[in-house]
Amino acid sequence: MKSAAQIAGEVNSGATSAVAELTRSLEAVRARNDELHVFLFVDEEGALAAARRVDDVVARGGSAGPLAGVPIAIKDNMCQRGVPTTCASKILQGWRPPYSATVVEKLLAAGAVPVGKTNLDEFAMGSSTENSAFGPTRNPLDTSRVPGGSSGGSAAAVAADMTPIAIGSDTGGSIRQPAALCGVIGVKPTYGLVSRYGLVAFASSLDQIGPFAKTVTDAATLLEVLAGHDPLDSTSLPEPSPSLVAHVGDGVAGQRVGVVRELIEGADEEVLEAVARAREALEKAGATTVELSIPELRLGLSAYYLIAPAEASSNLARYDGVRYGLRVDGDDVAAMNEATRTAGFGAEVKRRIMLGTYALSAGYYDAYYGQALKVRTQMIGAFARAYREVDLLLGATTPTVAFAFGAKTANPLSMYLSDVFTIPTNLAGEAAISVPFGTGEGGLPVGVQLLGPGRSEARLFAAARVLEIADGRP
Amino acid sequence: MSPLRREDVAHVAKLARLSLSESELDLFTEQLSQVLEHASDMASLDLEGVVPVAHPFGLINVVREDEVRPCLDRDEVLAMAPDARDGRFAVPRIMGEAP
Repeated sequence: MKSAAQIAGEVNSGATSAVAELTRSLEAVRARNDELHVFLFVDEEGALAAARRVDDVVARGGSAGPLAGVPIAIKDNMCQRGVPTTCASKILQGWRPPYSATVVEKLLAAGAVPVGKTNLDEFAMGSSTENSAFGPTRNPLDTSRVPGGSSGGSAAAVAADMTPIAIGSDTGGSIRQPAALCGVIGVKPTYGLVSRYGLVAFASSLDQIGPFAKTVTDAATLLEVLAGHDPLDSTSLPEPSPSLVAHVGDGVAGQRVGVVRELIEGADEEVLEAVARAREALEKAGATTVELSIPELRLGLSAYYLIAPAEASSNLARYDGVRYGLRVDGDDVAAMNEATRTAGFGAEVKRRIMLGTYALSAGYYDAYYGQALKVRTQMIGAFARAYREVDLLLGATTPTVAFAFGAKTANPLSMYLSDVFTIPTNLAGEAAISVPFGTGEGGLPVGVQLLGPGRSEARLFAAARVLEIADGRP
Repeated sequence: MSPLRREDVAHVAKLARLSLSESELDLFTEQLSQVLEHASDMASLDLEGVVPVAHPFGLINVVREDEVRPCLDRDEVLAMAPDARDGRFAVPRIMGEAP
């Protein structure tokens, strides 16, 4: 499979066409989508129109952009005008958004060709895609195992070579965890770097859109396209998109990297080995490394599972059967609301709405939600102290390689624990990247995680590139 | 922190406009209790005086000019609604019959 950079170069030079690249992508989707259940909707018609527009621009002698003719998969919690957007929930089944997310507009402007909408855990709540109302996605590398989640479909699309790049959203690890489990690169950008306009809200203070790719250069190219201030998102950072691709080759000479005890403890042996090898590779490339402990990170999971459900309970109040999606009739409006929500939401979404409603309810607000927000403050401070000593942090992305279907569904807490290493970054609003680094049990991929302060994406990509080379992908 | 009781779960479901079966009530009480128990590691912390955070970079008061701009097309939006009449969203009755 060609990289996105290769495709864009060849399309812009006329060596290949966007339509030809789309055809190849659609063939790959057709070959395995029934088996893997990666896409909930394949937009053949829209994709063909987008590809033809790209080819027209090139035929007229123009450049069609940094992603010219590159097929891309979009997680189905981002709006694309006229294309079904379900969030893998029955409550939005059949809904076609009347507008596109800012990221979709940016992708089209950069010449990318959106192939379709990928499967996810319902409303991005989960770590395996088993919570999709339309059935789980299978890990392309071992179909008896989950691809991770919630952006499991987007990770699998790239891992299965259906599209060279994809986008997902990461609220507590939903890009990095499936990237690790599927053996691809996944980036959780700094909060506010990418506009959330048109991303269906789960936990607004934590949600962030980011890239999946097979190469660091492709991930950087995609993030450059996605990033930048958007007046339609009041939480978006004020500055334009940073220069990232130009820094991919910067290396890590002179960089100080902290290996964080709390971001590896409890991980399987094969994961620990991967982190140790990553540390060696960074040292060999000129970085100095040191072991660190940031005890505050241990509280991340607890704080997250109060803050995220609290925000979700508020955000998901909008699904009331009035303006869009499912309606189940009732005698009066309250009965209609309740019947609609009861029929439309799956068990995990209900659990989180309940947890959040409880954490925000009278008598419990200070003890749960209020306390969690203070822990979040502590965590931001703890990271800031660490970044006075080091430039980057290194840890595992997930405690284990991809797990089997059903392994964690009976016990929600055990599922939540698979995000224990990724959650702190979201709470702090900072940036992190998961890079595949070797394999473990049964040849399954292991991901290591690089973390940096807010707006450190260029530095993260440079370090990720060092690991990519060390892992034998020059 | 108090342990979660079955009646708490029933009350919260009502607040969230969800109806739960008897077996769902049992299951959710157990599962949500586990999560809250895990969160009890925060309860013992003395965080008196710590300022709670709502936005990681303290971005506040983002405003724009109050000017007329294009917005979504009404008919297109209403076409996606479960029920619409006379250019509005339609819902079942909200108030009871007049006495």
